Amino acid sequence: MSSRVRYAVFGTGALGLAVLLVWGLAGLPDLGDFAGRYGHVLAHSAVPQRKATSSISVTTFDYRGIDTLIEEFILFTAAVGVMVLLRVQRAEEEVPAEPEAVRRPTARSASLRSLGAALVGPILVLGIYIVVHGHLTPGGGFQGGVILMTALFLIYLAGSHMNLGRLRPLGAMEASEGVGAAGFAVIGLGGVVLAGSYLENFIAPGQVGYLVSGGDLPLLNIAVGLEVMGALLVVLGEFLDQRLLMKKGQA
Amino acid sequence: MSFLPYGVAAWLLLIGLYGIVTSRNLVHLIVCLTVVQSSTYVLLLAIGYRSGGTAPIFADIPSSRRVVDPIVATLTLTDVVVEATVAALLLALAVQAHRRFGTLDPNEMGALRG
Amino acid sequence: MDVAPYAVVVPLIAAGVLTGLATQVNRAIAETLALAAAIAVTVFCAILLVRVAAGAEVYWFGGWEPRAGLAIGVSFTVDTFGAGLATLCSVLMVAALVLMWRYRDTDAPHFQTLMLLFLAGMVGFCLSGDLFNMFVFFELMSVAAFALAGYKIDEDEAVEGSLNFAVTNTIGSFLILTGIALVYGRTGVLNLAQISGTLLDGPHDGLVVVAFCLLAAGFFVKAAVVPFHFWLADAYAVAPTPVCLLFAGAMSELGIYAVGRIWFDGFADALAVHADGLRTVLIVAGCLTALVGAVMCVLQDHIKRLLAFATIAYVGVFLIGLGLLTSDGVAGAAVYIVADGLGKAALFGAAGVVQHRRRSVSLQRLRELGPGMAATGVVWVVGALSFAALPPFGTFLGKSLLEDGLVKEGYGWAIAVLIATSALTAGAALRAAGAMFLGWGESGPPPATEEESVPEEEGTPERTPAVLFVPTVVLALGALAVGLVPGLVEAFEGAAEQFVDGSSYTAVVLRGANGPALEAASSYSAPASAYVYSALTFAGALAVAAVGLFGSRVRGSIVARTSDATQAVVAPLRALHSGHIGDYVAWLVAGVALLGGSFAIALQ
Repeated sequence: MSSRVRYAVFGTGALGLAVLLVWGLAGLPDLGDFAGRYGHVLAHSAVPQRKATSSISVTTFDYRGIDTLIEEFILFTAAVGVMVLLRVQRAEEEVPAEPEAVRRPTARSASLRSLGAALVGPILVLGIYIVVHGHLTPGGGFQGGVILMTALFLIYLAGSHMNLGRLRPLGAMEASEGVGAAGFAVIGLGGVVLAGSYLENFIAPGQVGYLVSGGDLPLLNIAVGLEVMGALLVVLGEFLDQRLLMKKGQA
Repeated sequence: MSFLPYGVAAWLLLIGLYGIVTSRNLVHLIVCLTVVQSSTYVLLLAIGYRSGGTAPIFADIPSSRRVVDPIVATLTLTDVVVEATVAALLLALAVQAHRRFGTLDPNEMGALRG
Repeated sequence: MDVAPYAVVVPLIAAGVLTGLATQVNRAIAETLALAAAIAVTVFCAILLVRVAAGAEVYWFGGWEPRAGLAIGVSFTVDTFGAGLATLCSVLMVAALVLMWRYRDTDAPHFQTLMLLFLAGMVGFCLSGDLFNMFVFFELMSVAAFALAGYKIDEDEAVEGSLNFAVTNTIGSFLILTGIALVYGRTGVLNLAQISGTLLDGPHDGLVVVAFCLLAAGFFVKAAVVPFHFWLADAYAVAPTPVCLLFAGAMSELGIYAVGRIWFDGFADALAVHADGLRTVLIVAGCLTALVGAVMCVLQDHIKRLLAFATIAYVGVFLIGLGLLTSDGVAGAAVYIVADGLGKAALFGAAGVVQHRRRSVSLQRLRELGPGMAATGVVWVVGALSFAALPPFGTFLGKSLLEDGLVKEGYGWAIAVLIATSALTAGAALRAAGAMFLGWGESGPPPATEEESVPEEEGTPERTPAVLFVPTVVLALGALAVGLVPGLVEAFEGAAEQFVDGSSYTAVVLRGANGPALEAASSYSAPASAYVYSALTFAGALAVAAVGLFGSRVRGSIVARTSDATQAVVAPLRALHSGHIGDYVAWLVAGVALLGGSFAIALQ
């Protein structure tokens, strides 16, 4: 199809789609007037039922926990998928680790390296804080997991990488991913054994506002945090490996 | 005025699709797909907004306070994760495409016809 | 004991464990664990299938039962069709894993992990009763499928095919999500049964129509209904053969199932007055899909693209069945889905054998290699006859149920489309058989798509490995068995009654009522007209095959002129399938607008 025909087809289609969307969206309640029963009930049941102050977390991990389990596994699938799709390059260009003497610092600038090294600790602590407090404040496993991943990559940025070598301990990252993902599913089984239904909250709710509250929410947040950290480390690591290989081609 | 967020969502959807159809670079195409996905976030969050409502975190507000809908926040969180994963996979494919075809231009990749 | 959650949880845990221990497991462990998990899922789904004959079952996750008529948690609402489709998916997954046993390049355990995740996504999607939960499982299934389609990264086409697949299907997913957002904005709930009641009470305006249109369009992208279908041939041509078997036999039908589920259990009450209009739109869309798929099927030289277009053609047939919006149509579509799913899977298995032995999937090249491989040829012809919907096959019964349903609703003209589709696809398959196994026919113009010659399986090309051949034969026998097992068709009819009954679905989910048990319908025997149509179809198939194989030998102005005329029609159709992602998305957008426009006219 020539591009003119393509644009004509798209143009007509887009016009029709625009009309359709406006017609449909016009039926929505005015902004701010949403009166959904379901959301209202969940928002105001979170504290009494689970003693956790973040109703979003309770919705995510308790009322609609199965959605979150699958969502976590979607991220897991993407990590495995990226490993699969970028695999031949790894095997083709596998090079043995080079001796210490040939290690090159990743970042050229000394201030970047020192700043990065200094920030690893605080960011790691921040990530753990956000993961563990997911049931009390905005945050949780997904957000905290991304921050933890960032902290670990700062180690790479601030340190030195082996020339043309592999970037990171792949086994440990995959283990983190797998343990996090399977961990969530296994905690759900705990719900079956101890409470009667899959993913049912089987730990006592505890006291409002304390770290140990919300039942199994902190555990689930930790599992998700591990999984997200591992999956993103794998994904970004794969892409960085590609770049290292391309540099090898030019060097 | 209250239609504006919904209008923005519709606009993002359409402009993202336009970008995909007219794209000449795979990475640009994938980012346009991200724009399409963003339209759903805007739509969901606009739907769940309640005027005068605050975030549904009851750490420091009385439980009778009007809050926005927590479910759309959950849906949007799931949505964001899904988008990130699809983008990651597609970018991996783009890397492979560059290695195989030497180009990122969809017009030049003619392996599949008929 | 509740079985429903384990059908999903077991493959997920297995996938997590396999990846967690990735550096320690070798290939044999990974394959064994994956196969064990898939067999376990099959057993669970079969148990569910037997149990829900006594009435649909609801499982609430997290122990959140409905309070005061409001569904708080997420439910798995399992009825016969849901459990049946889940069983079909898991059976095909077992077959695919066995076929992968000798696969040359399996990146263990990552490949097995992806397959298990794909299985979990499909099974969860079939069993779910919550709109957003369906979307999440749909995404899991899709993301795994994107990675599996692009698996053979040492081939150029695999990258392009997987890209086209991923971009179009992601756009489809976000159409679905927009539809869900609209529904949520109106109803404030996500449980399908609850949505049905709330939509019924509210105004039936543009929002409801547009929401249904977006949901349907998104699912039609996955199902590959025209004009959302362009990605399918690209993806099926490049995926590893056992994965294609899963895609064709299980994944494509899920889109049709989803539209049926959300119509009957979500929107039907609210839009019931307009059911006739919807019927017309869906049947026309189904006929268009069936014809485009069948015509493109005949034109293919690449075996897997041929089967891919046949898949599209049969999706059109399933849509015609669903589009009837009656239990007859749905029953016919269901019988057809199972029988055709098994038959297509057998054909993909046979294609895998051919690829292993002959190192090619291009009919041109295979014809040149001369006759041989009789046993595989027999299996292929069995599959082709299943396309032709001949009497002992399950497809014959499915087709006759559809014909009855069409006549009852006044759409008898669509029977001609059914006959044409079956004749063209069966003819294409028979022509392929003649070329591959008998060396008949003459060389034509060079193939449009590059042939693949890289062997997929381990082992020498002189012998067909048992792991390839045995599952293929079993699948082909399955396609026959659906038609021969007594009482099966009647069970499908009963299950269809259950499926279209939206109000009892709501009662089961929200009020804990006992669902209606499967009623044994009166014994079904195909009317004489079905045999006549079947004979017509078979004659047509033979004619198509003959023209394909020997047509160039017949000289004569009439033949030449008809040939030129068909070329004039067909060449632009072929040109549309260009492989360019921009084209596909343009047609997708146009298709959504067209679907929306038709719904606006039909449903207002």
